[in-house]
Amino acid sequence: MSRSINDYWYPVGLLSGIDAPHATLLLGADITVGRTHSAYWVTDAAGKALPTIKRFGHLWTCPGTPMDDLFTIPEADTAGRQLVDVGSVRVKCSPLRAVENFLDIAHFPFVHTDILGAEPHTEVARYNVDIREDANEVWATKVKFFQPQAAKSAEGGITTEYMYRVASPTCAVLYKTCPPRPGEWDVITLFVQPLNEEWCEVWPWMALYDDDSTMAEMVSFQQLIFMQDRSILENQIPTKLPLDPGMEVPTQADLTSIAYRRWLKKIGYTYGAQLVAA
Amino acid sequence: MILYDYVLSASCYKVRLMAALLGQSLTLHTVNFHPAREHKSADMLALNPKGTLPVLLDGETVLTDSADILRYLTRDAPEWRGDDDPWLALAADLNESLGMARLHDILQYDVDIDAARAAGVKQLRKLEAHMTAQRFDGHLFLTGAVPALADIACFPNVSLAPDGGVSLDTYPSLRLWMRAIRSLPGFIEMPGIHRLHELEFPE
Repeated sequence: MSRSINDYWYPVGLLSGIDAPHATLLLGADITVGRTHSAYWVTDAAGKALPTIKRFGHLWTCPGTPMDDLFTIPEADTAGRQLVDVGSVRVKCSPLRAVENFLDIAHFPFVHTDILGAEPHTEVARYNVDIREDANEVWATKVKFFQPQAAKSAEGGITTEYMYRVASPTCAVLYKTCPPRPGEWDVITLFVQPLNEEWCEVWPWMALYDDDSTMAEMVSFQQLIFMQDRSILENQIPTKLPLDPGMEVPTQADLTSIAYRRWLKKIGYTYGAQLVAA
Repeated sequence: MILYDYVLSASCYKVRLMAALLGQSLTLHTVNFHPAREHKSADMLALNPKGTLPVLLDGETVLTDSADILRYLTRDAPEWRGDDDPWLALAADLNESLGMARLHDILQYDVDIDAARAAGVKQLRKLEAHMTAQRFDGHLFLTGAVPALADIACFPNVSLAPDGGVSLDTYPSLRLWMRAIRSLPGFIEMPGIHRLHELEFPE
C-alpha cells in the first residue's frame, strides 16, 4: 500500500499562467514547466518529459510512476460556478503544515478575525472524522462554525457548515455552505506543490456560486485569507509536521489534524514530516 | 474617491490606512494584480500608463503615486503634515528594499534578494536609532508626539519586513512605534499586519 512520494500527482502551475519555460522545484528536484502552443509540458533536470494532467485550472505532474488518476471533484463540475484561479503564494513551511493549517477551524477567530471567525464564538463543536479506506482519503464532516463573513458573497454572520477532504497528501478540498445557494456546496481547495521539505508553493483554487462579486474580488478575498495564515505558518515550531504525539496536547477541535497525521503515517508519506515525537 | 486597490500591496494599504485614520471613505475597486496582472490591462493602462497601483480617482483628479495620494488625502489636515519629503523618500526606499524582498519571497519577483534584504536592514537600523532617540525625548512617532503622514508612509513596509525574510526581533524601538500606530483610533489591518489584541488581564 505504501508508495513513493514521487508517485503522487502535484500541482506545478496555473494553466492560465504558464507561458515561457519556468524553472521551479518539486520535492527538492529541479523541474521546468512550459507550454508549446497549446501543449503543456514538464521536464526533469535531465530534460526527460514527465507525465502531465490538466485539471482544476492547474497543470499537474508526477516525477515517478503515477499509480492512480488524479482525484476528481465532481461538485466543481456543476454548471453555473465561477472557477477562480487564485494564483500562488510561496511559504517557508512544510507542505504538510500548509495542509494541516487549511484543515484547522479553531484558529479562525484569532487569525481571520471578523471574517471567518470572531470572539466570543470560538468553540468548535464536535464533528465527525474518518479515514475512508476505499478512497484512501481523510474526511471531516458535520463541521459547524459561526462566521461573521463566510465568503465574499455572505452578508452578516452565519453558521457555516463545512466538510473537509484530504484527497492526496498535499491537497485538500473544503466544501462549504454556499450563502447565495442553500443546499449547494462551495468548493475551495488548497493544492500544495512541495518545493522541498520546508518550503512550498501553495495554489488555492475555488469553484463558487457567486453572481455578484467580480473575479478580482473573489481572488482578493482568498489571497487575503491565505496571507493571514502565511506568517503563522512560517513561525510554527518544529518546522516539519510531527506525526507522533509528544509535547503537543491535541484537543477535540484537532480531530482532523490527528486523523491527517495518522493517515500520513499509515501510507508512509513522510516528506515534510518529523518522525521524532515532538 | 475611488481607489484602485490590491489587497496585498503595501502601497495600497498606505492609502487605505491614511484614509481610515482621517475618517475618509474610499470606494475600493479591486484589481486582480496577481495572478491575472490586471494592472497591466488596457483599461488600467489608460488610467495609469505606468501600470502601477494604487490609483486614486477623485472627480477629475487622477493620482498614481502613493506619496502624492497621501499628500492629497491630508491636504486639509495640517496636523498630519510636517517636513514630509525626506520621510516620503525613505518610504520609497523601503518599498525598493523590504517591499521588493517581500514580493520576491511571496510572488517570485525577480530581485537580487540578498541586496534587497541588506539595504532593508541598513534602513531599519537607521530608523531604529532614530526611534530610540525619539523615545528618549518622550516621542512615540517618527516626527514627534503625535502620528504624522511620515509614520503612515513608512509603517507598511517596515511591518511587513518578515514577509520578505527580514526579522524585526532586534528592533525594540520600531516594535513600540508599530504598536503605537496599531493602537490609533480607526486603525485598519492588512494580511501580515495584525490588529492589537487586548492585553489587559480580564477581571
